[in-house]
Amino acid sequence: MKRVVVITAGLSVPSSTRLLADLLGDAVERAIEARGSEVGVEIVELRPLAHALADHLLTGFPTGELARVIEQVHRADALVVVTPVFAASYSGLFKNFFDVLEDGVLDGTPVLVAATAGTARHSLVLDHALRPLFSYLRAVVVPTGVFAATDDFGSTDGTLQKRVERAAGELAALVAGSGGTTSPAAAPRPVTEERFAAVTPFDQLLREAGGDSVR
Amino acid sequence: MQIGIFTVGDVTTDPTTGQAPTEHERIKATVAIAKKAEEIGLDVFATGEHHNPPFIASNPTATLAYIGAQTDNIILSTATTLITTTDPVLIAEDYAKLQHLTDGRVDLMMGRGNTGPVYPWFGKDIRQGINLAIENYALLRRLWSETNVDWEGRFRTPLQGYTSTPRPLDGVAPFVWHGSIRSPEIAEQAAYYGDGFFHNHIFWPASHTEQMVRLYRERFEHYGHGPADTAIVGLGGQFFMRKNSQDAVNEFRPYFDNAPVYGHGPSLEDFTEGTPLTVGSPQQVLERTLSFRDYVGHYQRQLFLVDHAGLPLKTVLEQLDLLGEILPELRKGFAEGRPAHVPDAPTHASLVEQRKVPA
Repeated sequence: MKRVVVITAGLSVPSSTRLLADLLGDAVERAIEARGSEVGVEIVELRPLAHALADHLLTGFPTGELARVIEQVHRADALVVVTPVFAASYSGLFKNFFDVLEDGVLDGTPVLVAATAGTARHSLVLDHALRPLFSYLRAVVVPTGVFAATDDFGSTDGTLQKRVERAAGELAALVAGSGGTTSPAAAPRPVTEERFAAVTPFDQLLREAGGDSVR
Repeated sequence: MQIGIFTVGDVTTDPTTGQAPTEHERIKATVAIAKKAEEIGLDVFATGEHHNPPFIASNPTATLAYIGAQTDNIILSTATTLITTTDPVLIAEDYAKLQHLTDGRVDLMMGRGNTGPVYPWFGKDIRQGINLAIENYALLRRLWSETNVDWEGRFRTPLQGYTSTPRPLDGVAPFVWHGSIRSPEIAEQAAYYGDGFFHNHIFWPASHTEQMVRLYRERFEHYGHGPADTAIVGLGGQFFMRKNSQDAVNEFRPYFDNAPVYGHGPSLEDFTEGTPLTVGSPQQVLERTLSFRDYVGHYQRQLFLVDHAGLPLKTVLEQLDLLGEILPELRKGFAEGRPAHVPDAPTHASLVEQRKVPA
């Protein structure tokens, strides 16, 4: 079973960001199923987590639903991330979520980046803002990003859906190639637990402290 | 079981009056708090070390020696000594001297310090925090146990034929705790040496503390110091109490809401639920504190933070009076169900005794 988490940072209800997230979620589900895998897609709205995210910034630890979502993201075989464009970039709420993830949570995770805005003049946000962010987080970003301006939701030429399908296909191909998790038992442990399970023995710490390690 | 208090020496504006104490007032208040701790029968007073405003906690040995001269029984400790940026040669000298002055009422807690600029101010690099803690502590141990030390390392100038003076009191180095919130390497270090491990505990959910303490205990046993449940564990804690729990909540809330570490974030209610902070009646503080054992096992040292976030001295002393009132119950509770083979925290006297008996 492949787990896909769709993160959407839309604020209004209904939100075009959520609309795009749903389109992408459905397309990714179909694309992975078409490759013969079972798939579970979970949509996560960041808006209800806004207070918990601000608290996490101030205290350094996640609480309640936010802790559960972070765990889901860590276990995910792939992410779809969708943000509205605010002031020429991803929104603060969107960035806040990725700011509080522990180091390594997204290592090697396939990610489909998507954004919405009022007009197509913001479309390069995908390549100027989202792509570098996820490169920094050592995720693997699929070549096609999906940008939807308000106009796209009124057009009948199918170009938005075409981009959605192409990006979803690319994500599904990466997920299929990743091996992924097959059962709950094989699910990775929380990042912190992994750090604790793989403690470096002290004689090695002592040896490396005097060498050229940076720790 | 040792019960005590620890301070970080913050100079913080009292949000209810808008007044901040002067550095002089805060330093004198720290001494008054330590003396009060002895008066109510606490076992430990520990001070942090900071080298930047708004703290007055630089030069901990002067503070501890001054308190030592005005007290008779209380153990004087640090929380924490910056093993990363302080020269281990100076730590060896300073704390051995403090041992002599206070007749052995000294131990130390090592910490790395998380204030970035302090590292370069002292000529170090924060990215090497773990390596500094490991190398400096290894040297410190040699300086306390050996004379004419020849040493060469990565982070300080070499030593040839160096003997740290004074030698530790009775030839026994102060007991050392290692403090860390989330670095497994430090739990590993404490376990390797059979030293104590202290988890600050107060700003984080219990699950973090549990994980670190479990790792330390397992590795303590792995390194042959004894069964995991005999490892030496210390915890932080934080409370505010009044006879009537609602009075405690009302009085503490403005301090909580504006506190330097967690202020302007989660609600008091959420934070007390998620962390060991207890705001309520003495009975509630008693019960919550005794429940820490549920996730770390029987342990050896409980330190409380009582004097931060701008709380006035008068209030802090009242808090200590209330702590004094529940202290007998707290001690009784900690003794309950404690297996006979679980040791107390080492003291100078017990370490001297231990040295006499060949293992």
